[in-house]
Parts: sequence; structure tokens; C-alpha cells
Amino acid sequence: MTWFSLPALLGGIVIGFSGLLLLIGVGRIMGVSGILNNLLSKKGMTDWRLLFVVGLLISPWIYDVVIGSLPSVEVTQSVPLLIIAGLLVGIGSALGSGCTSGHSICGISRLAPSSLIITGLFMLSGGIAVFILKHLIGG
Amino acid sequence: MRLIIPFISGLLFGVGLLYSGMADPQIVQGFLDPFGDFNPALLWVMVGALSVSVIGVIIARIRRKTLLGEPLLFPVNSKINKELVLGGLLFGAGWGLVGICPAPALVLLGRGMWEGAIFILAMIVGMKVVAYFKR
Repeated sequence: MTWFSLPALLGGIVIGFSGLLLLIGVGRIMGVSGILNNLLSKKGMTDWRLLFVVGLLISPWIYDVVIGSLPSVEVTQSVPLLIIAGLLVGIGSALGSGCTSGHSICGISRLAPSSLIITGLFMLSGGIAVFILKHLIGG
Repeated sequence: MRLIIPFISGLLFGVGLLYSGMADPQIVQGFLDPFGDFNPALLWVMVGALSVSVIGVIIARIRRKTLLGEPLLFPVNSKINKELVLGGLLFGAGWGLVGICPAPALVLLGRGMWEGAIFILAMIVGMKVVAYFKR
């Protein structure tokens, strides 16, 4: 294990720029769960949220064309686990008013106490889930 | 510009997720696994992202308007209550189980992986369940 990862730092800087751009360009916080939730409930087809989601969806293609060699990804989780996890993430983000992008990046950067606390809770229960899954069940 | 900015923002977000490794569930789970094969990458992603997005917050606070002169919608800080705590714990549990959260799920779907679609559909059902009971 290496302690420092330059790609992680640089990728993080790019993610930070995307949040900065949305905040000072559109005046909105980059929170993906809220964007998806609002997109589905009431907004029209020319909404900024739809364009943001389209940008995210085609990013792998742009990455492949511009940067090249898209890193290979394998999702090994079973379908029932994906469904349970998706439900928990949906319920949790709706109750907690946000997900990792909105709270852990945008919320912390404006020093919102609720975002700092919920980020700690994400990591605590996430750590417990991984511990149970990988070390107790051995999945 | 109103339409290009959010598109570019989404694009940059996805590219950043891919380049940093955060679109890979194994790398995310590696961060949440200090007793196993720990991978600190997520920490460096947060250092990079926060150092830039703080600048955005400072610009927004000084200007009070967007680059296009429109009003800035700063969220009202969510209250620290039982809902926030429960929401955070449930979200983290789902995130840890599969190493996927909303934005990386969209990136997975964008590269044609059906696992991303299943996760997103389940997530939308979860959001709708909460909306139903909150009415």
C-alpha cells in the first residue's frame, strides 16, 4: 500500500473545479443525489440538472477520447446486494439531504456543521458495512 | 452559457471520478477498510476537491451573484437532528456494502455497466419511499 496517490489528488482537484464551476456559474451546489431527486420529481427537460447528468453519463466516453485508456472497472457485487445498497443510499440521502458530493465536498468547503457530521457518519457506517462484509461474512 | 456550464461541470466531475479511481468500487471500499487492504486514495481526492471548492465558496460569498449575474442559491444549513444522523448512517451502510454512491453510479451507467442502472433504480425507489412518507 502506498500512502500518497497523485492521480487521486489530481482527480480530486478536477472534481473540485466541477463544483466551483457549478457554484459560481449556475449558483447551485453540486449534490448529485439532490440533482437526481429534483430532476425526477418536478423539473423540465431544459433544466440545468439534466445537462449536468448528461455530462456525467458521457464522461467515460470523453475520457476515453481525450485522456485515453479508460481504467477498467469490475463490479463484483451481486444483484441483491446492489439493490439493498441502492435502497439504503436513496433513503439515506433523502433523509440526510445529500450524498458524498453535496455534503462531503461542497458542504465541508463552506464549513457546514451538518455536512461535517454527516460525512463522519457516512465513513463510520461505511466502515462497519465493509468490516461485516469482508471480515465477518468474508464476501 | 446557462446550458453549457452545468454540462461541462458534469463532464469534469465524471472525468475526475474516473481519473482519481473513485468510479471503481474496490478503491472506495479500500478506503473504508482500515482492518483490511486499506487504500487512502479517497482522502487525497477530498484534499484535492476541497482545496479547489473552497475557492468557489469564497468567490461566491464575495460576489453574491453567479458569473452570469444570477442569484446564488446557498443551501440553508440542514439541521442536525435524528433524520440527518439516521440518513447518514443508512447512506454510509449502502455506500460501504457496494462501494458505490450516486455520482459514480451514473459514471458506471455511462460506460454501459448494468450494475450502475440497478443501483440507480433502487436508489430512486429509496428516495421515493422517503418522499411518500414525508408527505
